[in-house]
Formats: sequence, structure tokens, C-alpha cells
Amino acid sequence: MIPPVQATPRRHATAARRDIRRDREHGMVAGVCAGLGNRLGVDPLLLRIVFAATTLASGVGLVAYVLAWILLPADHAEGGSAARGLAQGWGRRGTVEVALGVGFLLLAVLLAFRALGLPFSDVLIWPLVLVAAGGALIWHRSASGEADPIAEALPRVKLSATASAVLRPAAGESRPAVISRIGIGVTLVIAAAIVFLHFSGALAAATDVALAALVVAIAFGVIFAPWIVRLATSLSAERAERIRSQERAEVAAHLHDSVLQTLALVQKRAGDPRAVAALARRQERELRTWLSGAPAVADGERRLAAALEAAAQEIEERHGVAVDVVAVGDAPLDRDGEALIAAAREAMLNAAKFGGGGAVAVYAEAGDARLQVFVRDRGAGFDPASVPADRRGVRESIVGRMERHGGRATINASPGGGTEVELVLERAPS
Amino acid sequence: MSAMPRVVLVDDHELFRAGVRAELDGLVDVVADAATVAEAVAAIAEFEPDVVLLDVHMPDGGGLEVIRRLRAGATGTAPVRSRFLALSVSDAAEDVIAVIRAGARGYVTKTISGAELADAVRRVHGGDAVFSPRLAGFVLDAFAGSTAVAPATDRDAELDALTPREREVLQHIARGYMYKEIALRLGISAKTVEAHVSAVLRKLQLSSRHELSRWAAERRMLDDGAGA
Repeated sequence: MIPPVQATPRRHATAARRDIRRDREHGMVAGVCAGLGNRLGVDPLLLRIVFAATTLASGVGLVAYVLAWILLPADHAEGGSAARGLAQGWGRRGTVEVALGVGFLLLAVLLAFRALGLPFSDVLIWPLVLVAAGGALIWHRSASGEADPIAEALPRVKLSATASAVLRPAAGESRPAVISRIGIGVTLVIAAAIVFLHFSGALAAATDVALAALVVAIAFGVIFAPWIVRLATSLSAERAERIRSQERAEVAAHLHDSVLQTLALVQKRAGDPRAVAALARRQERELRTWLSGAPAVADGERRLAAALEAAAQEIEERHGVAVDVVAVGDAPLDRDGEALIAAAREAMLNAAKFGGGGAVAVYAEAGDARLQVFVRDRGAGFDPASVPADRRGVRESIVGRMERHGGRATINASPGGGTEVELVLERAPS
Repeated sequence: MSAMPRVVLVDDHELFRAGVRAELDGLVDVVADAATVAEAVAAIAEFEPDVVLLDVHMPDGGGLEVIRRLRAGATGTAPVRSRFLALSVSDAAEDVIAVIRAGARGYVTKTISGAELADAVRRVHGGDAVFSPRLAGFVLDAFAGSTAVAPATDRDAELDALTPREREVLQHIARGYMYKEIALRLGISAKTVEAHVSAVLRKLQLSSRHELSRWAAERRMLDDGAGA
């Protein structure tokens, strides 16, 4: 699969020389003529005339065209061989393209047979073509294979899964798309049946049969309706039960991983109250996050409340001080927002270190105009005029950081009343 | 200060009841405790305590059910005059809001210290509301974007919004301030702070604001589901 590096250019060159690829960009239908023209150095128009002429004469041209369509890879396809091209073609091509292709292929084959003198009548040909096209629509798996990266990566899997996945939407295919695809397919097949009956003169008889069948169906419906309804209800009840037991299994798995684990640790470290308290806090926080249904790790985007919660957890674990976060509203974090979080983290750290060991209260409010974070401890408090040197350093990292990002930080301290750091970030009007 | 408030303690965890009893010993008078809704209703009817400490989550319906049954007069007596203080490990907004709307005068989490709990009981006994920081956060969330600019003439509109002062008081509670400290910071009396909190509690219980109704409805739905 992976050739030696030095051989790559040569292989590339031969591949380019040998391969005929459909040129879909310049093609009229599927790019067969354009691609052939490119390869042979002939005007595609000439080839088109040849195909058209042979099609009109005997149908052979059409057969050849459709075969070429299926066997030749499109210009942006990777593989060179016909089989690979076919496999990829299945994955890449749109449903309608495939349905048309199958229909045309069959038409061409039938026309060719007739040209060779085999007795085929129109009564058979058109219905068969319609059935083939409709069937291809119903049985084909994906309408959006071209846009589906998984399908691109696994063309073979897709091909083998084609039959089994008739009614299941493929990855990337929306439900309405599936319904309309199948609807059109079914319509085509029914149309084929009607055309056949009409041509064979059996339509009137078929109407009678259909009527009789309808009457019988209604009669059976009335007779079996209660049973069918009960079956449906019991099926849905069964399904609900299955979902419930799945949920139960999930909860059990989570409890095993987290709570039981923590309880075991608590028993082991029963002699160390600080460690036990820290374990309990950590487990509590984790369980709350899980219960609230919020993802532990947001997909890419960091948000204010979650980021504060994470910072609080970190401080709590490192310093063994409870940090309670109350957030009103939420907002995504930009660079300034991250600075706010960093400053809030410093403030929590400060409060945990110097707050006298009591709980630290963090309050965040995300309004339209600004983000506010308050970090409060219940320490002895201090006189802002006589701040210890190490504390002033922390203050600089809070106040300075906020000012650099267009915000401000205020430290309210009163003797006996604890210390509160207020961080404000005005939000740019969006 | 009058005599110690008489308290009935309702919680389905015996260990927790014992812990709270020990913590409150000498601070309030725990006259009875109960482990189920039925026991609670009977004990409250019998002792008519000043304050009921009520666990929100219990297997047979929890605090909400206790309040509902006493309201409905299941005991055959007149509705009790006891006040309810909800006590729970739950932080879910719908639990908190639902129990407040059912009639509880406050909500504290179970991690609260004994002294703080006793203080909260005394305050509820005195007719005030008790808001934990988290409850204050929920209320601010529920009333977000609805500051009453002028004293509203319409009663419903007044119930659906917080005044700037009420908002300020709630923000301070959420920031971890005690009532006394809030009074100092805002330059008002502690009584005024309490009046603001009581006004917020009233709005919380009576407002038809969409968020509040939704939370209560969700909670009721869960209860019905569990009861069926």
C-alpha cells in the first residue's frame, strides 16, 4: 500500500499515463467522454457522437457508456484498478446517479438483446428498467456518500453493508433524505407494475384483484387490530424497559468507577481527617457534575461557570479548603475571559492560603454588559495599607492581569470581615 | 431572646439525624424526628413544632409531599403553623425552587455547620427567610433580565421582577455575606435586609414567572413518576 519513498514519483507518472479517469468537471453526463478524450487526446465531442450513434444503432454504445461509468474512477478518486474504482464509485456516487446508471444499464442490455434478435417486447423492457432504477434507489445505502468522510475511508465496508442497511440511514444521511429516497424508489417500482399491467392488458383485472385484496386486508385489520395494538404496546414497553436497564447499567458503572472507589479510599485513610474530607469533597463535586448532566469536558469551548468550577476544584484539592462556586448565567470565554479565570484562580489560591481555613465563596455573574467574579474568604481580614509583601505580589498578579485585559480588580478587606476580591470585565458589545 | 425554638427533624438517614441532633444540642430543642413522610406528618401534627427541618429527598416523596399533606389537612386538623426549612444535599434548581414554592421558608445544604443551622432555624422561627448562596444564585438566574425600574402598579408584574435593591441583597448573599454584613455594606439596617429577603421569598412563591413554573412543574412531574 505504501511504496518506498524514492519510487513514488515514478509510480505516480505511470499511473497518470495508464489510468483513464472520468472528468466529471468537464463531462456532460458522468465525464466518461471527457475523460477518454483527455486520455486519448481526442475532442470529447467526437467520442460523444460515437457513443450516441452506436446507442441509436443497436444500444451497444449505451452499454459501453454505462460500463465505463461504473468501471472508470472519477478524476479525484485515489485508486487505479477497475475493482477499486467500482468500490469507491459505490461509496462516492449519489443515489440518483446510481439509480439512473442501473436503469440505463438494464435498458441498454435489453435493447442490445433485442437488437440481436431475442424476442423482447416493450411490455417487458420499460417496467424492468423502472423496477431496476427504483430498486437501486431503495437498496442503495447512502445519498451523501460523497460528503461522508467515513464512507471515503471505508468504501469496501460500505459496499458490503449495502444490502443489510436498506432502511437504516447511513452516516450523514438525514431521515427526510432516507424517506424521500425510499419514497421515490417505491413509486418507481409501483409505476413499473402499473405500466406492465397496462401494456399486458391486465390492468382492469388487476383493479378487481386489488379491490378484493383491499377488502380482505380491511377485514383482517378489523379482526387483528387489538392483537396488533397489543403487540405494538408490548414492543414499546419492552423497548422502554431495555432503555431503563441500559441506564441502570450506566449508573452502576459510574458508581463503581467513582463513588465506590472513593469510599474504599476513605476507609483506607480513615486516620487522616483532612484527606478524607478532601476525598469526599472531590467525589461530591464529581458526582454533582455527573448528575447535572453537564459534560465533564466541554467540546472545545470553555465556558465561564465550568472553568471557575474546575479552578475551584484544583485549589480545593491542593489546599484542602472548600471552595463553593455559585454562577448566575454563563458565557463562552475569549482571551480576556481566560485572563479573568486566571485572576479568579489566583484570588481563590490567595483566599485558600490566607483565608484562615474557612470555606471560600466564589460568585460569578455573566450579564450582557459584563462578567463579574467575586472571591471571598472569611479570614481575619487585613488592612489594605499594611499588606504583607507576598500578598502584594499576588495582588499585582490579580490587579495587573485584569488591567492588562481591559478589566479591573478591587480588593475589599475589612478587619474581622474577611477579604473579597472583585473582578470585573466589561464585555465588548457584539 | 425567647426560649429555644422547638424543632422536628425529618430525614430518612438515621446517621444524619443523629449528627444534626448532636450539632444542634443546646442550640435548639429537637422535640422529635421522623424518617418517613407519614411519620413526619404525624409528628408535626402531634408536637406542632416551631420549625420543621425537612429533607427534600426521601423515598416516599420527600419534603414536598410532607408540606403538601399538611396543607391538604390529611391529619384532619387545621393546617399547622409550623414553618419549614428545607435541608438537602441536592443542588438541583428544580428541587430547591419546588420546595420553596410549596411553602418552605428557606433552603440550606446539608454541609452547613451546626451553628449556622441553628442560626437559620432561629431566623425561620422569627419569620424570616433563609437563603443559602446557591439558592440566591438560582433566584437571580430565575429573575434574570427583569429588574423592576419603578414601583410597579400591576401586582403580577411586581411579582415577576426583583427591585434593584433586592437584586443587590441577593448578590451579596450569593457572594457569601451574612445579613449583618450586608446591612453594613449597603448602609441599611439588618431588619431591612431581612425584609428584602422576605419580599424575594414571597415573589418566589407567588410569581408566575415562566422559569419558576417550569422548575416546579419538572419537580412535580418527577414526583408523580416516582410515585406511580
